[in-house]
Amino acid sequence: MEDVYIIGAGIHPFGRTDGRSGRDQGVFAVRQAMADAAIEWTDVGCAYGGSAAAGSADIMVNELGLTGLPFINVSNGCATGGSALASARNAVAAGECDIAMAVGFDKHPRGAFNAKPRDYGLPEWYGQTGMMLTTQFFALKIQRYMQLYGITRETLGRVAEKAFRNGVHADHAWRRSPVDLETILNSPMVNDPLTKYMFCAPAEGAVALILASGKKVRELGADAVKIASVAVRTRPPGSFEVFAPSVDIDNGGKPTILASKAAFELAGIGPEDISVAQLQDTESGAEIMHMAENGFCKDGDQEQWLREGRTEVTGKLPVNTDGGCLACGEPIGASGLRQVYENTVQLRGRGGGRQVPGGPKAAYSHVYGAPGLSGVCILER
Amino acid sequence: MAQLEPIAANLWTDEAEPALLGGRLPSGKIVFPFPSGDAAEGVEPWRLSRTGTLWSWTRQDFQPKEPFEGPEPFQPYLIGYVELPGEVIVETRIVDAKLEDLKLGMPMEFVVAPFDATRATYAFRPEKA
Repeated sequence: MEDVYIIGAGIHPFGRTDGRSGRDQGVFAVRQAMADAAIEWTDVGCAYGGSAAAGSADIMVNELGLTGLPFINVSNGCATGGSALASARNAVAAGECDIAMAVGFDKHPRGAFNAKPRDYGLPEWYGQTGMMLTTQFFALKIQRYMQLYGITRETLGRVAEKAFRNGVHADHAWRRSPVDLETILNSPMVNDPLTKYMFCAPAEGAVALILASGKKVRELGADAVKIASVAVRTRPPGSFEVFAPSVDIDNGGKPTILASKAAFELAGIGPEDISVAQLQDTESGAEIMHMAENGFCKDGDQEQWLREGRTEVTGKLPVNTDGGCLACGEPIGASGLRQVYENTVQLRGRGGGRQVPGGPKAAYSHVYGAPGLSGVCILER
Repeated sequence: MAQLEPIAANLWTDEAEPALLGGRLPSGKIVFPFPSGDAAEGVEPWRLSRTGTLWSWTRQDFQPKEPFEGPEPFQPYLIGYVELPGEVIVETRIVDAKLEDLKLGMPMEFVVAPFDATRATYAFRPEKA
C-alpha cells in the first residue's frame, strides 16, 4: 500500500468554549490544519469526520466552501476520530485523492455521561438500579487489577499528577495548573478507588488532520510525518467492557490487545521502538492498564515505572505528553485525534515545554471506548 | 419483603429460595440476564447459582443522573461483580457490607433486597459463616 503522511494538524483548545458550537470548533481546527499544511480547502479531495454529541461533520462545507468534495460522516463512539483517520488514510492509499482530511469535534454537557439502557440493548432495570455508569466500570476494572497485580492508590495518584504537570505546557489543554499528589489522593471519591482528580471530564474541543500522498508531500515540501499504521478493533469474546450486566467466565480478551498487535505488525516495529505514547486515560487506572495492554510493560510493572518516573516527558517512555484526557478533558469525537495531533507535534519537535528530548522517531497513540473498541495509530518520522 | 414488587419481571425466580434467572445458549454458554427479543431464540432459562465469589467491587459515591430511580435523599451504595462458578460473572448490588469489608475472592450469597419504598432488586452479600 502507498505510504500516507500527515502534513497538517489543527486543534481547537479543549475545555469549555461557551458560545461556540462543537462544529464551529471543528471548522476552527480545519482552518488551522490547512494553514499548517499550506493548502486551501479546494485542495482537499475527500473528508471524513464526526462527533458523538455535536452533530454531523459534513455540514461544515457551508463554512469551508462548496467544492463538491465527498464528505463522509463517521459515527463510531469513542473511535469516531480514529475511524475518520483510518478512512482518510485508506482513501489516499487507494489513490482516491492526494489530500484527505480527518476531523473530530464534540461538545458535551457537564457531568458524567448518562446513557439510556435501550440505546445499548440493555434492560431498563440496569439503569434504574444505578449500575449503568461509565465511571463504575473504570473503577471495577482497576479495582480488580490492583488486587491481582499489586498496584497502589499512590500509583493511581502519580498518573494524575503527571497529567496535570504535562498539561501546564500544552496550549490546547483544559487543566493547566499542577495538582500535588496529596490533593489528588484526598479529593472526593467518585467510585472507589478513583477520586475526582483521577477522572477526566466530558468536555469540548476539535482536531483536524490533513493527510497526503508521498507525491504530494514532495510537491509541497511539507513538514510531514508518516502514518506507519492504523488499526481499529472491536472486542473479542470474554472481554470486560463498559455497560456489562455480566462477564464471560472465560474472560481476558481485550480489544486493545488486538488493535495494538495489529498496528505493530503493520508498522513492522515493536513496543521497544516507540519513543512517545499517548494512551487512553479516561482515568488514572486506564493509563496504567493500557500500558500493559499495549505491550509496553508487564502487568504489575507499572508500580515501579511510575515510581521511577519512566513515563515522564524525560523518561524512557513518555506517556500522555499533553496531559492526556485527564488534563484535556474528553470531547469524544475529538479525543482520539488529539492523541495523533500531539504525536505529530512531538515528531516535528514542536512540543516546547513538553517536547520529548532526543528527536523522537516513532510515536504511538491508543484510544479506547464503549462498547469495547480500540484504535491504535503509529506515526514515524 | 413480600410486599415489595420486583423491579423487573423474570429477573429472579419466584420461589422460597430465589435465584437469578440467566439463560443457557445452544453452545452451552451461560448468560445473564435472560436475553430479550430475537436474541432469546434457542436460549433455555437457567437458574443461576445462589453463591459465588467476589470478582470486583466499588462504591457509588455520587447520585447518578436519570435513568437512576433510587430513593431520595441519595445514599452511596456498593456494587460489584460476583463470579458464579462454572456459569457467569454477574454485576450486582452488594448489601450488608461496608467497602472496607470487601476482598477479592470472598464468598458471596444471593439475596433479594429493598430498592426503594415499593420495589425490590437483587443483590449479593458476604456469605454468613
